[in-house]
Formats: sequence, C-alpha cells, structure tokens
Amino acid sequence: MGNNRKTPEVRADSQADIAFLLLIFFLVATTMNSDKGLSRVLPPLPPEDVKVEDQKIKDRNVLLVFVNAAGQIMAGDESMDIRGLKEKAKEFITNAADDENLPEKKDTEIELEDGSKWTYPVSEGVISLQTTRDTNYEVYIMVQNELARAFNEVRDNVAMNKFGSVFEELNEDQRNAVTKAVPLKISEAEPRQGAKK
Amino acid sequence: MAVMKKSGDKKEVPAISTASLPDVIFMILFFFMVSTTMREQEVMVRYKLPQATEVAKLEKKSLVSTINIGVPASHMQAQYGTAPRIQLNDSFKSARDIGDFIGAERDQLNEADRAQMTISIKADQYTKMGIITDVKQELRRANALKISYAALEGEGY
Repeated sequence: MGNNRKTPEVRADSQADIAFLLLIFFLVATTMNSDKGLSRVLPPLPPEDVKVEDQKIKDRNVLLVFVNAAGQIMAGDESMDIRGLKEKAKEFITNAADDENLPEKKDTEIELEDGSKWTYPVSEGVISLQTTRDTNYEVYIMVQNELARAFNEVRDNVAMNKFGSVFEELNEDQRNAVTKAVPLKISEAEPRQGAKK
Repeated sequence: MAVMKKSGDKKEVPAISTASLPDVIFMILFFFMVSTTMREQEVMVRYKLPQATEVAKLEKKSLVSTINIGVPASHMQAQYGTAPRIQLNDSFKSARDIGDFIGAERDQLNEADRAQMTISIKADQYTKMGIITDVKQELRRANALKISYAALEGEGY
C-alpha cells in the first residue's frame, strides 16, 4: 500500500562546474577598475560674435603656473620644483599676511544651513595653468594634482576653524559653504597663443 | 595503531568531500558580480594612466562618457601607426569628431541628466599636451564642460 519508491537524489556533482562556468564568464566580461580622476569644469567658450574685451584682472590676483616641454615648472616668476608648488599655491590662495602682492580678498556673506550668515574674506586669486603643446600629460596631471592638494588643504583648514572637522567629514551644506569660501579657481583656459606650433 | 600496521596493509585514504565546493565557487562568483562592472567597449589604445593623490570617484557611471587617448594597441599598429590617437566609441577619430560624439552621447541621456554629463579623459601619461588641449577646446566648443582626468590613486611624488 505505502509507496516505497524513493525519489532519486539530485546529483550535485556538476553544480561546481556550472558555478565555475559562471565565474569564468564574469571574470572575462567585467572589469574591476572603478573610474577615478581629477574632476574639473572647463570654462565655456565665449560666443563668437561678441568681442571679448580683455578681462582686466589685476596682476596681483593671478598666479601664472607654466610648464614647459622639459617638464620644468615656473610659478609666478620663479622656477620651481614640483615639491614647492603646493606651498606656493597655498600662500597665494590664503594670503594670510594680507601682502600687497598677493590676491585681494573680498568679504562675502555665505549662508549657512541654520540660516545664519558667515562672512569670509574670499580670495579673488586665480591660478592660471599654462602648458606648451609638447608638455607631457604626466607632468600636467602632477601639477594639477599639486594645485588641487593646495586647495584641499586650505579647505581643510577653513573647515577646521569654522566647523571643527576636516572637509571630508562635513555634511553637504557645510561643504558647500566651505567650497564657496575657498573656490577652486584654476584657469586652464586658452592655449598659449605664442606657443602654437 | 602503529603496532597493528603490517607491511602491505593498504589503508584507503578517505576521499575529500567536494560537497561544499559549489558553495565556495558561488561565493567567489557573487563577489565578482558585485564588485565589477560590465566592460562597455573594447579599448583600442594602450595607456598607462598618470598617478595623482587627490582623485575623486566618478559617481554615476551612466552619465560618464569616455575618451581614450594613447598609442594604438600593438595588434593595430600595423594599420594605425604608433602616434597617439583618440578613440571615440569603437574607432579612432580625430579631434574634430568630438563634437558629433558629444552630441550623440548627450542624446542618449535624459533631458534632466544632460547637464550632469561628465567626460572622462583617459590619456596615456606620455601623451603630449597638444592633443589634450585640442580635445579640451573641442569639448568646450561642444559645451561639454564637466570633465575628469582619469588617474590612478598613487603616493604622490
């Protein structure tokens, strides 16, 4: 009466092979590298029909960083090692001693998340990065990186003084406020006219 | 016991159980499924990215379009030479084609996302800036202003 027939057990031997097959498929068809990079915003092209008046930026507000084909760096009017560039840029951005030859500052009101206003002397300085057509990309990225580091360190300092923790650990509103106080002003705009091939 | 062992006593070693092997493999499989992304295009140039310390991760993959710049891969050098080239999608193009490329990439995005489109420039570290500057000027002309210079996270000098 009782049906004694047993259901045969499903064989699991081949399961490993199937899993291996899937594994190999994913190994081949996918990539590991997550995209990382230095983010920048390019300046928009001026409209062609409008004549660009030479923007008058005072000399003291511009730090010219020039990289030549041999990878030599000039910042301001002195030749510079890559190691010194960060300090030079930081000095330029902060202008802690209100030097007459370093950028002007303009008191700007920045709105905080709780609605209060925070007045910070925002630097008017622009770092202008120029290269020749023969400059190596690697050196260019190194210089970009040093400049970004200078800005990040200044932001960290400002964030520490204002909010009591480093830039990375702030919330989004605080981060926006610090970004407004220390804007990333690296101009890599026009290729140098005289250096055209 | 050693005393009982006689010469010629063939004691069988028990077979190693493979019952858990599928589980282990599945675990590795899931790891790879989660941590990798699908390869989107064949990279036809050879590049070694420069190193930087201040790199930031690109947030939304779907908003990122890539421009590869470098020397053509070795099996293509017979056809394309060894001068650095620009690769858009699956072919070598010149800087002048970037406008069309950006237009096509932009059309694929939602209207709301278009302003967020980011161009990732993956260029070999030995590329000359001339070619990069041309690309940048074309990007400005195409009004694709958010860019990212792809770089590896490194130690810095």
